[in-house]
Amino acid sequence: MLQVISLLLENKPGALMRVTGVLTARGYNIESLTVAGTLDPELSRMTIVVDVDPTLRAQVIKQMNKLVNVLQAVDLTDSRAVVRDLVLVRVRASLDMRTAVLKEAEIFNARVIDSSTEGFALEATDDPEKLNEFIQVMRSYGDIEVTRSGAVAVSLESKKLRLQPPIPTPLGSRDRTSAEALRAVKTGAQTGRDGETAVEVIEE
Amino acid sequence: MSNLMSGAKMLLECLGREGVDCFFGYPGGVTLPFYDALYDHHIRHVLVRHEENACFAAEGYARSTGKVGVCCATSGPGATNLITGLVDSMMDSIPIVAITGQVPTKLIGSDAFQEADTFGITRSCTKHNFLVKNLAELPQIVHEAFYIASSGRPGPVLVDVPKDVFQAQGHYSPVTSIHLPGYKVFTEGHTGQVRRAAQMIWEAERPWVYAGGGIVAAGASPELRELVEIVDMPAVCTLMGLGGLPAEHPNFVSMPGMHGSYAANIGMSNCDVMIALGVRFDDRVTGRISAFAPHAKVIHVDIDPAEIGKNRAPDLPIVGDVKRVLQRLNKFLQELAPDLQAKNAASRKAWWGQVRGWKAEHPLAPVFSDTEIKPQHLMAELDRLSGGQAIVTSDVGQHQMWAAQLIRFSEPRLWINSGGLGAMGFGLPAAIGAQFARPDKLVFALVGDGGFQMSIPELSTIASYGLPIKIVVMNNGYLGMVRQWQELFYNNRLSSVELDCFPDAEKLAAAYGFKGRTVQKPTELASALETAVNEPGPYLLNVRVAPFENVYPMIPAGAAVHEMVLGPPEPVAVPK
Repeated sequence: MLQVISLLLENKPGALMRVTGVLTARGYNIESLTVAGTLDPELSRMTIVVDVDPTLRAQVIKQMNKLVNVLQAVDLTDSRAVVRDLVLVRVRASLDMRTAVLKEAEIFNARVIDSSTEGFALEATDDPEKLNEFIQVMRSYGDIEVTRSGAVAVSLESKKLRLQPPIPTPLGSRDRTSAEALRAVKTGAQTGRDGETAVEVIEE
Repeated sequence: MSNLMSGAKMLLECLGREGVDCFFGYPGGVTLPFYDALYDHHIRHVLVRHEENACFAAEGYARSTGKVGVCCATSGPGATNLITGLVDSMMDSIPIVAITGQVPTKLIGSDAFQEADTFGITRSCTKHNFLVKNLAELPQIVHEAFYIASSGRPGPVLVDVPKDVFQAQGHYSPVTSIHLPGYKVFTEGHTGQVRRAAQMIWEAERPWVYAGGGIVAAGASPELRELVEIVDMPAVCTLMGLGGLPAEHPNFVSMPGMHGSYAANIGMSNCDVMIALGVRFDDRVTGRISAFAPHAKVIHVDIDPAEIGKNRAPDLPIVGDVKRVLQRLNKFLQELAPDLQAKNAASRKAWWGQVRGWKAEHPLAPVFSDTEIKPQHLMAELDRLSGGQAIVTSDVGQHQMWAAQLIRFSEPRLWINSGGLGAMGFGLPAAIGAQFARPDKLVFALVGDGGFQMSIPELSTIASYGLPIKIVVMNNGYLGMVRQWQELFYNNRLSSVELDCFPDAEKLAAAYGFKGRTVQKPTELASALETAVNEPGPYLLNVRVAPFENVYPMIPAGAAVHEMVLGPPEPVAVPK
């Protein structure tokens, strides 16, 4: 069964590979994957559709949440969510077929983005199954060329995002757990926004 | 300005701030600037003879102390040689920071000399890894690496540093805080769940503690001891958890699993409430998972949420640091005791009687012979000489299992072995790390003749640093565990398992400048071991043991616990 996973992750080198690694290490094949920036330029949103054994779905989410770069991984498969996919279709349409193609496109809310004597380029956005139907219909008119964006999804329920607060360094021993570290931060060790480095590099 | 320094120096400053006093490594082309900075730095570098052993030694250091072990290798082959050690520490949750050199930033991706995609290669064998792209981010990354390696479920973190980053100059001021917004560590455990656990335990008639490496990692031995004493219930420690409860403790049953004792396995199978602490329901413990502890309600405490329900769905999951959870669990147990303790006390007493009966019925007892040294005899002698206090590092195979069965450890971090990965060649370099970390301790490197020959180069390291490690080779002339399986499951067709050539131990040790000998008479074993222990420097003792002895009890792979084989099978005709 297809699982839809939505991830919020740090926009860092290798982050994509870590996420897909969780799936490839277990031999799962990814059906679709989209990544794009968010309002915060340091974060990306990723939507993955993957065929996972239903009994292992929770485990996959846990493994993704374990990744240091992942802020949140959510399984949207059974939750209230909107899933959308975009398709670009080039369809050959001879003169006698043009009207029929356009009518059909209209039914699927597809837009014409290019028109020539050879045919049309169409754009449609919908949930992935609906687009499958659209593609099926267009195929009945002859050879078509299809490019899909892959699914993007948004949950309709608000999920609380738990983030780890800054941690003072060095921690020394492992005995100082994050809870104590957090207390230390609150009691005055707080510094400026993290990521600001203490090093000033001398250009050669 | 006084704080103007190179990246290499800055890295050493950060290591110093993290409390690193020594680390293990092997230099190379791109780490030259780092080694140059090291030349007049107080942190001690231990030069091993192979990078894989640098990581194993760092593990020995980490496993014997709980501190982060650090290793270092150059780019390309240096980095790829670390891989086995990284996977090993990943499997056993050992905090390691590995520093690798990388070709200069401008050459990355050009197939430069000694270039390897270390960042890509090590992605799946580390808890996290970093490629430092410029000097400005170096200190931050080093502290993040230490934090990730040592917090939560510990593990290896690799920091790949290009040569030009080592060389670049910058003004350094110490990093005071790091921010890893996506890295969550769950330590406290849900109070309601912990309270429910206490209730479940008091209501159990046949409670059972299944304690693992998490107890050692969390330093939760005192809490574990308190727990079993409050309820007076039997406990087993896995291969990774040995010493978590002192072996001499009356509530300690033994090690469970494939080569665990009868009592440990049958007890696990028959309990009604299993308190699983810092364990991962590994296949070597559970056998066929569907038949594992069929009557038990499972309380599973682990710091890693992904371990909960991975192999066995628990009835009561608690995500948290096992030390903290146990502190509160013990408190709740004591609070609830007046109401609940008496309820099933009689059943628990009867249960204890049953467990003691199983223990007496099939004890893990050493075997002796007048004509040859039985491997179990060797372990009994090591047990006697260590008195539960020595560090014993082991390789992987039959000797590891016999040692785990028969050497009694009175505290955690004394038994050091490659549990999850089962990496041969681990024992000797791990002993090096352990001896550096605990110079006061008697360290036995207990290895097989197979694993020893994988790590022979490190004899040079041992000699060079004059480490008083007692190398004990359990030499049966075979890759014993593989042979055992070939005997039992492959019609006794012994394929490529005979090690018919082994160096003369006395001459080999002498070639490195220390003492060694071979012993094969059972009557001489005790005195030979005593000589080794009394020798102020290193000692290589090659113990020729009965070649065809096999490890029992045994639960064949994929079998259920009740299908345990207690001794060698009767000879059966080999079907053609």
